[in-house]
Amino acid sequence: MAVETTNRAKLRWGLLDVIVVVFALIPVLWIASLSFKTPGTLTDGRFWPREWTLDNYRTIFDTDQFVRALANSIGIALIATLIAVVLGAMAAYAISRLDFPGKKLLVGVSLLIAMFPQVSLVSPLFEIERQLGLFDTWPGLILPYITFALPLAIYTLSAFFKQIPWDLEKAAKMDGATQGQAFRRVIAPLAAPGLFTTAILVFIFCWNDFLFAITLTSTERARTVPVALSFFTGESQFEDPTGAICAAAVVITIPIILFVLFFQRRIVSGLTSGAVKG
Amino acid sequence: MSINATPTGADVAADETATRSGGRHAAVPAQRTGRRAKAPLSENKRAERRLGWLLCAPAALVMVLVTAYPILYSVWLSLQRFDLRFPDQREFIGLENYTTVLSNQFWWTAFGVTALITVVTVAIELVLGMGLALIMHRTLVGRGIVRTAALIPYGIVTVVAAFSWRYAWTPGTGYLANVFDGSAPLTERASSLAIVMLAEIWKTTPFMALLLMAGLALVPEDLLKAASTDGATSWQRFTKVMLPVMKPAILVALLFRTLDAFRVFDNIFVLTAGGNETSSVSMLAYNNLIRGLNLGIGSTMSVLIFITVAIIAFVFVKMFGTAAPGSDDGERR
Repeated sequence: MAVETTNRAKLRWGLLDVIVVVFALIPVLWIASLSFKTPGTLTDGRFWPREWTLDNYRTIFDTDQFVRALANSIGIALIATLIAVVLGAMAAYAISRLDFPGKKLLVGVSLLIAMFPQVSLVSPLFEIERQLGLFDTWPGLILPYITFALPLAIYTLSAFFKQIPWDLEKAAKMDGATQGQAFRRVIAPLAAPGLFTTAILVFIFCWNDFLFAITLTSTERARTVPVALSFFTGESQFEDPTGAICAAAVVITIPIILFVLFFQRRIVSGLTSGAVKG
Repeated sequence: MSINATPTGADVAADETATRSGGRHAAVPAQRTGRRAKAPLSENKRAERRLGWLLCAPAALVMVLVTAYPILYSVWLSLQRFDLRFPDQREFIGLENYTTVLSNQFWWTAFGVTALITVVTVAIELVLGMGLALIMHRTLVGRGIVRTAALIPYGIVTVVAAFSWRYAWTPGTGYLANVFDGSAPLTERASSLAIVMLAEIWKTTPFMALLLMAGLALVPEDLLKAASTDGATSWQRFTKVMLPVMKPAILVALLFRTLDAFRVFDNIFVLTAGGNETSSVSMLAYNNLIRGLNLGIGSTMSVLIFITVAIIAFVFVKMFGTAAPGSDDGERR
């Protein structure tokens, strides 16, 4: 009897799981499927391709427009992530380990930034960056990305840092380790997972941005893939860009899928640990 | 703040900051003595403060420089007639831009669209997110798989997802287009808005669910078992045990999602480009700035959006007080 109920419960949960998985995957599978369709079968309205082709991928990697945008996306997101995590780690260390006046203020400010409507910055940043010569450059995008990634980094990292048993550092020093050794051998390995998780979350944020990228760039110099996608027009005006757009979309989805597949546990713990603070 | 025996100039300034930010600091000394067994030396104390400020300064500087200064500059720009196509006509015109925007039909339509999208999506996301949170937290089978799948909408680039939805509803191409007998749903207002909302909900429900799951993890298992032994149905356990414990997490999730939903831009840009009166306020501000090159009007809209978001946040925090993260008990965990 008891076994039967758990089996039935398992079946019910399994069914719910399937619904979630299907619902989450359909749009991704659909755009992937479109990217493999031949121009002739693109408009057949079927979910799966009848004829498979890699031509769309060849097309986008042959066009400078996409390759440049991909390089911009990767470069800008990586640099912004690196800087945001370093600055965030410094601040989070201070918040979780040190006593100093103004700490609450900093936490408050990051909360305000997290709630800040980014579109409100679009007009003034456009004008300021034009005057400073930052418009349509990498730093012109990296700056706002760091700013809006910092609250995320600070919250997540201080949650992680609070779980580190810092006394181990003292114990290591008592056992004869120098300050540097204690940090390298004891604290750094403990902090690394938190830093890594935060880096993933921040990278996803930067990778995702569309609003700043479309307003603060105007040429291929700094245009990222999401923006380039929305400007794709095909080789000639009679050519339908759908296949190329889908292929490009799949390419920039790959890193996200990899992160999610390999680091699901970390991402979930990172996002929830920052939120438990409620 | 009577920890330091000899307040120096820096300390006095620091104490001022502390008092200015309110009586919440009353709890700090107790917390401090609680954490350290003996009272620290004032020399150490001062070094610690200096280190604290030094470590926080870069982050604080970047955040304030890139947001506070531009928003003030935005207020200044909004008081001028400033069209980049006619830079000679730039002049100070007081609140004229605000009258222009606030008496404009397009602004209020966009405002209505944004408000509608915000309310509807957040309400649906709360329900679906709670369901998803329960599944991710309590499922007996395939927990890893379901969590991995749920993270995909969260992580995917919004523009990519928007294109997927757009092609899904494009007549001829899409698998969903035939649902409405081959008509083009993205060319009509009501159906376009519905599709925008669907895309938003698909994309952000997992985030809502993750925030709610953080709250679910706080519900003590014993309490649920006790309620169960006392004969509570699962619905009663949900409303009487889980919801009260989760209330802070729910409010945080609602606040963040509401503010986020109000900024809706990417999906509308790709799905309808603002056609058929489906522009959101963000979309309208973008159009005035980049398409119209009208910095004065664009900045006015920026300021108005900022004020609206500030009001929403203020109402939430006032209504629910300390439930917001970063408040005293939140910060200490």
